[in-house]
Amino acid sequence: MKPIFRRRKKGRREHKEGRQNADRCILGIAWGTVVLFLWLIGYMGYFLIVPREEVINNPYNARLDGFARSVERGKILSSDKTVLAVTETGEDGSERRLYPYGSLFSHGVGYSTRGNTGLEALGNYYLLTCHLNPVQQLQSRLAGKKLPGDQIVTTFDTELQQAAGEALGDKKGAVVALEPATGRVLAMVSKPDFDANTVEEDWEAIAAEDGQARLVNRAVQGLYPPGSVFKIVTLLAYIREHPLDYGEYRFECTGSFQCEDYSIRCYHGTAHGSQTLAQAFANSCNGAFASLGLELDKKGMADTAEGLLFNREQPVALPYSQSRFLMGEDAGIWEVLQTSIGQGLTQMTPMHGAMMTAAVANGGVLMAPLFMDRVENEAGETVKTFPPEVYGSLMSREEAEILGHMMETAVAEGTGSALRTQAYTAAGKTGSAQFETGKETHAWFTGYAPADNPRIAVTVIVEEGGSGGQAAAPIARRLFDIYLSR
Amino acid sequence: MENLIADASKYVTVFLMAAYTYWNFRYFGAGKDRQDRILAKQSRITFLLHSLSFAVMFLKTQEERLLLLWAAQAVFLWCFGALYGKCYPLRSGLLFNNMCLMMSVGFVILARLSFDKALRQFGITVCAAAATWLIPFITSRVWQLSRIPWLYGLLGVGLLGAVYGAGDASYGAQLSLRMGQLSMQPSEFVKISFVFFVAAMFYKSTSKRQIFITSAVSALHVLILVFSKDLGSALIFFVTYVFMVFVATCRWEFLVLGGLGGCAAAAAAWKLFSHVQVRVMAWKNPWADIDNRGYQITQSLFAIGTGGWFGLGLFGGMPKKIPVVEKDFVLAAVSEEMGAVSAVCLLLVCLGCFIQFMMTACRMRAMFYKLIAVGLGCGYIVQVFLTAGGVIKFIPSTGVTLPLVSYGGSSVFSTFILFSVIQGLYILKRGEEEEEGYEADF
Repeated sequence: MKPIFRRRKKGRREHKEGRQNADRCILGIAWGTVVLFLWLIGYMGYFLIVPREEVINNPYNARLDGFARSVERGKILSSDKTVLAVTETGEDGSERRLYPYGSLFSHGVGYSTRGNTGLEALGNYYLLTCHLNPVQQLQSRLAGKKLPGDQIVTTFDTELQQAAGEALGDKKGAVVALEPATGRVLAMVSKPDFDANTVEEDWEAIAAEDGQARLVNRAVQGLYPPGSVFKIVTLLAYIREHPLDYGEYRFECTGSFQCEDYSIRCYHGTAHGSQTLAQAFANSCNGAFASLGLELDKKGMADTAEGLLFNREQPVALPYSQSRFLMGEDAGIWEVLQTSIGQGLTQMTPMHGAMMTAAVANGGVLMAPLFMDRVENEAGETVKTFPPEVYGSLMSREEAEILGHMMETAVAEGTGSALRTQAYTAAGKTGSAQFETGKETHAWFTGYAPADNPRIAVTVIVEEGGSGGQAAAPIARRLFDIYLSR
Repeated sequence: MENLIADASKYVTVFLMAAYTYWNFRYFGAGKDRQDRILAKQSRITFLLHSLSFAVMFLKTQEERLLLLWAAQAVFLWCFGALYGKCYPLRSGLLFNNMCLMMSVGFVILARLSFDKALRQFGITVCAAAATWLIPFITSRVWQLSRIPWLYGLLGVGLLGAVYGAGDASYGAQLSLRMGQLSMQPSEFVKISFVFFVAAMFYKSTSKRQIFITSAVSALHVLILVFSKDLGSALIFFVTYVFMVFVATCRWEFLVLGGLGGCAAAAAAWKLFSHVQVRVMAWKNPWADIDNRGYQITQSLFAIGTGGWFGLGLFGGMPKKIPVVEKDFVLAAVSEEMGAVSAVCLLLVCLGCFIQFMMTACRMRAMFYKLIAVGLGCGYIVQVFLTAGGVIKFIPSTGVTLPLVSYGGSSVFSTFILFSVIQGLYILKRGEEEEEGYEADF
């Protein structure tokens, strides 16, 4: 073969120098590229090690369903390891998902027949993954059997869940119980419910029902007017505006508060007389809160509400509704009066109420609600744990203490009388929220106990239950009694 | 039992890919005899990988036509190798092997995704192999190639202009020219003519005036691509040009200038084009709009994540859930079913090719050839980076393909040309060295 550029002898040395320079540049490019590719590959490796599970455990990832071909869906257990969901394989190989508690966990655990909901969706990936050791896996496969999926140990407390379900009875509503220090969801009940075992067969009937919305998990998706429970927010906004002199607040309650053409009545028109801030809160005096709402800076009020996660994304792993606080800075007097006492356009979910209460109980720090405690393989060996996660501080420690004292007073001297007991000191706030003229009010209660060392926070709503103190507070009392007697 | 075999085979696949990649890099440190043995090993691995994959696919689908396709492809690869060796005894065996491996992986994954597309791709590959047969010969013999920069320039601008004027749009970008039944993507070919243009220009001179003229014509290329909304290609051209100027002049200022210019261009593109914003947003937080804009990238992440290191096995996943999987997102399909390890190996093999291009560039004496090797190599590796980065959400998706693996006739053709040109340079160099009595040492 004939070399081509040999002819050019002239200036060969210069050329050589140029070439060497060029080669250095080429080397630089090559090294740079190698580094860039190692970075890229490192990123891919990181993705596969760290965020992988969280990413692929997504309802949009249809691939997980493919896992069911070779893995038998694992169990879902309560925190004391009672079976809440289990797959039974018939002799012909057909599988059936059983829910021993029928309708009790129909929203929390959910179902896995017509799509996945609740924890069946949240833990889908874990339930369809097998972490037995390779030898056992091979044995299973050689025997032609499916691999047993891992099981999820939830944070649910069966006894509390049962108590909450029974206490609500046939009423519509929801109960949420959290452990303030960890965010563990001890109970989550939504009524009306449905039998998770037969939801597939009952689907048409459920869909045809009017005004029931059984499939909706009211605990996280139900938006209700918060009523007097919202006074916690108004109170916090007031304390923030008057950090030094809120103790000097006085209001003369005549049972009805007049402002221009508007009037705000206290529940049943009760005249509370002279009220301090704590008394007004404890007695849930509408007049007092409407009047101090008028004094508040609207921007500060909105900031406080949003700081407490109204209009914000919430750290709830299940599909949830965002709570709404819609009072703008141009709101008229009527809207301000209404909003200050939790009526008007404001809406809140029971889970949100429970989170605020748990944050008060936990020194202002909100722990993200935790549904899953750990994943175990079929043999019961722990595969993965879900440590409690701090969401952030919703209020300062001092503010949480002040609110806590006020809530204690509300139980000790005010509307929360249903929780007065020798066994423990509870703190809480009742609410009776109007939602439609001529109908009974929604009964709210949110609170925690024991006051000095909170172990449990509970939020209850009973739709059209009447007064919070009479319809909702006793349900919380029941859960406190059970949980704190252990 | 069948599942067990399929299961076992995926680990074998990963092992084969890893072994191939290992030898690919081990080669550089080996002696002459050892190198020949390594090359033989690599051919065997490629054959095994290809056969095993088709066997698994047959097991899963029981479609006999897969076996026929496998046989045809195996015969083709064997003949291609044998004839190439005969015609070009001085070729780079390593580069050739890499080409075969990437083609095989492409054949397998396309057969998995769509038999018809696999068949079409195979047909085009055979044509491309035949049509580019003489290119190594021409590149190594015809030194006049360095004398006609304006021809390359006119060709490039003309073709791109034609696409801009009369092209078909797909996914919001104007990419292809249609002639009757045939449709082609001229930008794939202009990638090569462009490199030749720049190399020929700088070979003549690197005076200020020459750099200015070359930059202007290059900018014209890039601008036409930008107006055709083919921003991925525009980026590839731009980076290629910057690196070529840098090597031609050995001045770091050009790199800095190029970097700054690139940033400015990116900012301008963000302002001007809504589809750039869409892609960047889809990259920053695809989960916010998972149904729509974020769908493709999240599906890709699901595919890679669910597949894990060892993959779900062929026909074990759902790669077709990813839109345009056989083109831009082919790497996600490979990762999902053949394992992330295989995908990484594939990237490393691409990187190995690039390193070889750069080594060839260093060994060439004439600046023209150096620049050609650098330009083609940079264009190639930037493209690989863009597609791989887009698939794993390292960078926003740019809609470029993985050469030789992705589906697309023009891409196959242009990659064959690219590799053939580099082979030509390699052959030229080795011919020279043998004549001068050097021991060829790479």
